Amino acid sequence: MEFILCFFLLMVGLYAVVTKRNLVKIIIGLAIMEYAINLFLILIGYRKDGIAPIMTSTMDRVEFLRKAVDPLPQALVITSIVIGFGILALAVSIAIRIYERFGTFDINEIKKLKG
Amino acid sequence: MKEEEKGLSTIVKVVTRWIVGFILLFGIYIVIFGHLTPGGGFPGGVIIAGVFVLLTLSFGREVPLRKLNSTLASELDSFGALVFLLVGILGLYLATYFAQNFITTFPQQYFRPFSAGVIPICNLAIGLKVGASIFMVFIILAVTRVISVGEGRMKMLRKRTGRRRRK
Amino acid sequence: MEILVLLILMIIGAFIATETRDLLSSVISVGAVGFLLCLAFLYLKAPDIAITQMVVEVLALIILIRATLHRDLTFVKGMRAKLGLGFSLFAVVVVTVLSIPFFQDLPKFGHPLLSEGRSVANFYLQEGLRKTGAANITTSVLLDFRMYDTLGEATILFTSILGALAILRRPSHKKVKEKDKEEALK
Repeated sequence: MEFILCFFLLMVGLYAVVTKRNLVKIIIGLAIMEYAINLFLILIGYRKDGIAPIMTSTMDRVEFLRKAVDPLPQALVITSIVIGFGILALAVSIAIRIYERFGTFDINEIKKLKG
Repeated sequence: MKEEEKGLSTIVKVVTRWIVGFILLFGIYIVIFGHLTPGGGFPGGVIIAGVFVLLTLSFGREVPLRKLNSTLASELDSFGALVFLLVGILGLYLATYFAQNFITTFPQQYFRPFSAGVIPICNLAIGLKVGASIFMVFIILAVTRVISVGEGRMKMLRKRTGRRRRK
Repeated sequence: MEILVLLILMIIGAFIATETRDLLSSVISVGAVGFLLCLAFLYLKAPDIAITQMVVEVLALIILIRATLHRDLTFVKGMRAKLGLGFSLFAVVVVTVLSIPFFQDLPKFGHPLLSEGRSVANFYLQEGLRKTGAANITTSVLLDFRMYDTLGEATILFTSILGALAILRRPSHKKVKEKDKEEALK
């Protein structure tokens, strides 16, 4: 059930990317898709009644091994979020350039104004 | 006197002056204790960049640029990346393979700040790199462009697009 | 249970962000979705990611607002042509339908792959403290076991920031101005 809802969130982002005309809306759709994929990776690694994969000195090792959630997707997602920020900055800078050149965020207008 | 007029209102400036130090301290804590508590180089670096973003928003562009100009920021960015790469290559020379943890940690050192071999060094390098690059992109993207876009040029463009639309 | 509520709220926020006409409220809705995502990470026992998501979300919001607020065209007018919209919706629905069989292959929620025998994540949990000495297993995966990946990702971040700087540089702006003048003379 959680996976299906997460997939639905991804589809909302895809819908925004393919149907919207405004460049800012398209960037927002990209951001939503990125959220959905990050959340999906973390959902796969979750263990019921789990604990965070961080040891303390008083914790029992065997208990920790039995209960801790998957650390591998967390390590991948933590970099993926920062990279998502870099992609967002790149996309926004391209959008600003397009706005300066054509005076609009509308992609249909930009197609008409080509040249 | 002129400097006082830039940026947001006095309330925002005073509160910013109070809390900026604490935010910077929290960012440094997150970076240094990244191998013991939640955190690490990536979030710590972004928090350190957030300090400068807060300064930019409340005081205007000149105040943070005086403390950290963009040349120094790009140098810090490259320095962090180079330290990170150097740690990897040192693993190749001092131990057997690339990016090996060449400082061994003994069991009595667990859960202390000085443990985990090269991981704190890598955390510091990544914190520097991420913080400097995000500060740089914020300065370029959000502040420089909005000011430097000429209003007349905008109007001219709008006229031109309007004319073409009528055709 | 909390995850389901958070996911439904996130989907509602995403719908509002895509459908509202005002660009500023759309950006703010995306911010709400990001903070709900941060809460979801906290419930899923991933505090590292919750911190990162929260801070990055704040900065991304600032950048998006500064990028859209000073432009005069803040209202979206109209939709695409009916035919194009129909085709796009059809594509989205087809992707959804074709993806349904893959949900059967996923592990059940709450029972990840690492609970079954010898997986690599199990190895990290078991040997992480002894091999690296870091108490935070996520950091030990990030900076010791998989340092190659982190190096590659640092390179990607560097490249994307470099691309943003190259696009927004001043000299190219001047060139564009000169080009416009030439066009005006014609």
